[in-house]
Amino acid sequence: MMENFTPVSALIGGALIGLAAAALLWLSGRIAGISGIFNGVLNPESGDTGWRALFLVGLIAGASLYVTLHPTAYTPRAGFPVALLALGGFLVGFGTRMGGGCTSGHGVCGVARLSLRSLVATAVFVATGMATVFIVRHVIGVQP
Amino acid sequence: MNKNTAALFSGLVFGFGLAVSHMVDPGKVLGFLDVAGRWDPSLLLVMLGAVVVTFMAYRAISHRPKPLFAPKFFLPTRSELDRPLIAGAAIFGIGWGLAGYCPGPAIAALGLGTWEAPVFVLALAAGSFTHRWFFETRHRGKRHSTA
Repeated sequence: MMENFTPVSALIGGALIGLAAAALLWLSGRIAGISGIFNGVLNPESGDTGWRALFLVGLIAGASLYVTLHPTAYTPRAGFPVALLALGGFLVGFGTRMGGGCTSGHGVCGVARLSLRSLVATAVFVATGMATVFIVRHVIGVQP
Repeated sequence: MNKNTAALFSGLVFGFGLAVSHMVDPGKVLGFLDVAGRWDPSLLLVMLGAVVVTFMAYRAISHRPKPLFAPKFFLPTRSELDRPLIAGAAIFGIGWGLAGYCPGPAIAALGLGTWEAPVFVLALAAGSFTHRWFFETRHRGKRHSTA
């Protein structure tokens, strides 16, 4: 049990995510909900695309910067089925659009605002995520 | 600094934090969701660290009349627990459990040289457009984003 647990990097990384969310609200007045920001870029007619696109550029650059500084910190997963990845991505895109948020918007920012909608959404997506992994790994018995 | 450089800066710190906490590794995420296997609680501590910092910062910021580089705060105002919220979150969780990615880490991983990130992000866009085209026609012009 728990031999993969990395509490220190988890807390430091989490605190950085919190600082990023705080900076976006303090400077720009916006919630750091990544599915919402991504949807805003997909639908440019909603306006205000510039800052959203730049946030996503920063997101990519920030992760790349850390992995460049610490190349041993990241190893890409190998051999994962492309169909499962595509199905997962589709459901995440559909569900976060329908539910108005993802792990960042509901799970971090919404929970931090003590929003009942976000608390409920977070409990639901963690529960169905755990149920899905349980079915895949322990009922069907595969580990893709 | 203006709201564009502020967004770039915030995204940079956010992406750095996702990489520091190993959340760009889908195996790490699935390890958290696998409560019946070799459970890895790391994601819980990422959420805890992020929520505590955001909670304290939001409280401090809420006393300010407006953001530094924008005319007002854009905060969600809806409070009802409706069916799209619950169903959407449930569907999102299923996809999250199948692939091990949520939107932030998948987009952040676009620069890490894994083929999984562009495949997932394309499917993410397809799922979002599918919801928009088939389920938002009656609400055209009204944005549903709450978070």
